[in-house]
Amino acid sequence: MSDITSLSLTQVAEALQRKTYSAVEVTTSCLARIDATEPNIGALLTVDREGALATAQALDEQGPDPARPLWGVPVTVKDALSTKGLRTTAASRILDNYIPYYDAFVVQKLREAGAIILGKANMDEFAMGSTTENSAYKTTHNPRDTRKAPGGSSGGSAASVTAGQCFASLGTDTGGSIRQPAALCGCVGLKPTYGRVSRYGVIAYGSSLDQVGPLTRTVSDCAHMLAVIAGHDKRDATSDPRPVPDYAASLNIRPLKGARLGIPAEFFGNGLAPEVQAACHKAMDAAATQGAELVDVHLPHTDAAIATYYIIAMAEASSNLARYDGVRYGRRATHCSNLEELYVRSRSEGFGQEVKRRIMLGAYVLSSGYYDAYYRKAAQVRRLIRDEYLAALDHCDALWAPVSPVTAWDLGSHADDPLQMYLMDAYTLSLNLAGLPGLSMPVGLGQESGLPVGMQLIGKPFAETELLSLGHALEYIFPPLAVPPCN
Amino acid sequence: MSDPKIISREEVVHMATLSRLSVTEDEQELFARQLGDILAYMDVLSRVDTSHVEPLYSPAMHSGCLREDEGICHRKREDVLFNAPEADDSYFIVPRIV
Repeated sequence: MSDITSLSLTQVAEALQRKTYSAVEVTTSCLARIDATEPNIGALLTVDREGALATAQALDEQGPDPARPLWGVPVTVKDALSTKGLRTTAASRILDNYIPYYDAFVVQKLREAGAIILGKANMDEFAMGSTTENSAYKTTHNPRDTRKAPGGSSGGSAASVTAGQCFASLGTDTGGSIRQPAALCGCVGLKPTYGRVSRYGVIAYGSSLDQVGPLTRTVSDCAHMLAVIAGHDKRDATSDPRPVPDYAASLNIRPLKGARLGIPAEFFGNGLAPEVQAACHKAMDAAATQGAELVDVHLPHTDAAIATYYIIAMAEASSNLARYDGVRYGRRATHCSNLEELYVRSRSEGFGQEVKRRIMLGAYVLSSGYYDAYYRKAAQVRRLIRDEYLAALDHCDALWAPVSPVTAWDLGSHADDPLQMYLMDAYTLSLNLAGLPGLSMPVGLGQESGLPVGMQLIGKPFAETELLSLGHALEYIFPPLAVPPCN
Repeated sequence: MSDPKIISREEVVHMATLSRLSVTEDEQELFARQLGDILAYMDVLSRVDTSHVEPLYSPAMHSGCLREDEGICHRKREDVLFNAPEADDSYFIVPRIV
């Protein structure tokens, strides 16, 4: 690994502005790192070598620009984000040859800020999964131990950042899909508040849950990325109009000393692996020693959150994925004699099994006779869950909790049991139901596995500044993990 | 653990029909078992008292954003047709409907 690719985004952006390195030099280093690590990691579905080098060359000709905070910084983006002229599949066969003619809002923001898009990161098909193993194209391996899953659904993004292929990646988080792979790979991942970042050009899964956010190697890097992608966009009706604070400049506003962190008791019960529990307790002790005040909070509907989440997510998925009909874009079955057959065969041939399961269950919970018992009921419980989070946050600066009940597991070990897989999302999905921001960062290693354990700071709506600043303070106790060799 | 909820193969086929999907014989059996397990798990919600609770369908914090209904051209026809599996210069083409 070159010296360049082991730098943080914050460091490389400064070095690029000072002309210590050229954009071409940095891009070439990242492409070399991709060549060296991809055979073992498999993080990327598409690498845009020519496009990245051409952009870097053009930037070098113009020279650094302090108004462009990511000038010359190579990044990757999850394949759920539309990239103009660059194949975008959401890891599904149904979008095998799809080439968007416009950029997602966040991709446009990255380009305006001077970032260089190296390629598209692997994911679970349509973001449905927690291991990235539901990709129709390839398996992504955890850079900390290549026998292990990277988590998901933004597993390609987390693996790419962790392996030093890029300085940041964008993922999407519908039920934990940024925070959980960040925790399992040992990097930083932020799910912003619902409405903070526009979803224009994001391939939709669960529209009342989806958010775009950064995965990085440090909290400071995360603040720089959020500052670029946050902001109002009238093309997404859920995009919030409030102004974007200067996240990077506010990193030191919240010292750990005196910070009130709520610890949800329900997150430390059955199902939490002993090594994760031990690492979290050690982290909490360390934070308390530095002056953080840890208080017990209760979230009594935690045990209903998984069912609530999956009913809503599947209902929204069945509606969103109705658009894949083989007519306007995407895969079309051949030799169909009528339109109905064209729809059914194009969809049945194009979607993988997990996607089919979720669409079918979604159609079921929305269907006549079941709507009230499932969908409406879940929406009611959703309000109870949101209200109890807001009440808990009322007397805390943030909540602090584990992200995943276990450290990274063996690839292939959950293949046949979808329900067991859903249960793994227990600690992350409530934030999506409630629309709250969550910052996942490594706080130690599991004693048994030696693999990263992540904890998430959970904030009030639009409290990203506080979360990033608390995360930055915690980084003094739990320094970012080094880029692993990946062999 | 909740009681197992029996989902029949016929119900699987019905769900598939609603979803414009076809399922093979093997898939019918697999999905009947898996979807039954998942729906049985969902029964946890029936134990939550939600009388007098308004459903929450979106966590958005701002009120809706209405705009003037003005026609704008922001996509060119050739762009929109570019990814179509079958099109001529003007239209998407599908199998004969009538």
